[in-house]
Amino acid sequence: MAATGKKVMVTVRKAPHGSIYVQESIEVMFIFATYDMDLSVVFMDDGVLALHPGQDTKGLGIKGFMASLGALVDWEVTKVYVDRQSLKERNIAEDAIISIGKDEETDAPIRPKVLDSAEIAAMMAVQHSLVSF
Amino acid sequence: MLHTVNKSPFQNSALENCLRVAQKGDVILLLEDGVYAASAGTARSSLIEQAVKQHTVYAIDADLKARGLGNLIKDVRVASYGDFVDLVEQHPVHAWL
Repeated sequence: MAATGKKVMVTVRKAPHGSIYVQESIEVMFIFATYDMDLSVVFMDDGVLALHPGQDTKGLGIKGFMASLGALVDWEVTKVYVDRQSLKERNIAEDAIISIGKDEETDAPIRPKVLDSAEIAAMMAVQHSLVSF
Repeated sequence: MLHTVNKSPFQNSALENCLRVAQKGDVILLLEDGVYAASAGTARSSLIEQAVKQHTVYAIDADLKARGLGNLIKDVRVASYGDFVDLVEQHPVHAWL
């Protein structure tokens, strides 16, 4: 993704499955990925629950979007971050969150980068636009 | 009385409001995003840890699985949709939306 594009951040703060917000946010990530912009994504508050391991939506009769999240790196959405405090409050281990792709050479899973509130605040402050879900 | 809660305990105070009013012996059913309250070791676990002392607390199985929740607070019972129907038949219901 060209670094010359505008800086745009998508923030995800809703829990998955109970509403359509997280699904919509992922659609927007893929749409933004096709444009020339400097895209970053932050999961925080209940949004980190979208990264909970072991989600299986069969019993709800819906497809779920865990596979879509796993393709973000393939779509060059690589600046994906998650708030440390939100994970901790929800007892989700930082190294257990679902991956957003695989390393091309080592095949190792790539996970969203865990950040502190201050780091997220600093990133928010330099965006041209923020899109919140 | 059967109280149903479908909101995340991190998002709003629906569960707290419910527990303030629920009487000893009332049944609490967690569904949809409400099931996050049944997860052990979180910043909101104390709500249900206290509630199970006074109430039978259920969480819907399909909602737990959809959210990847397996490590539940002790004494929380897992309910199928069939169990949900039975509970609704047996009690008047208040939904804490």
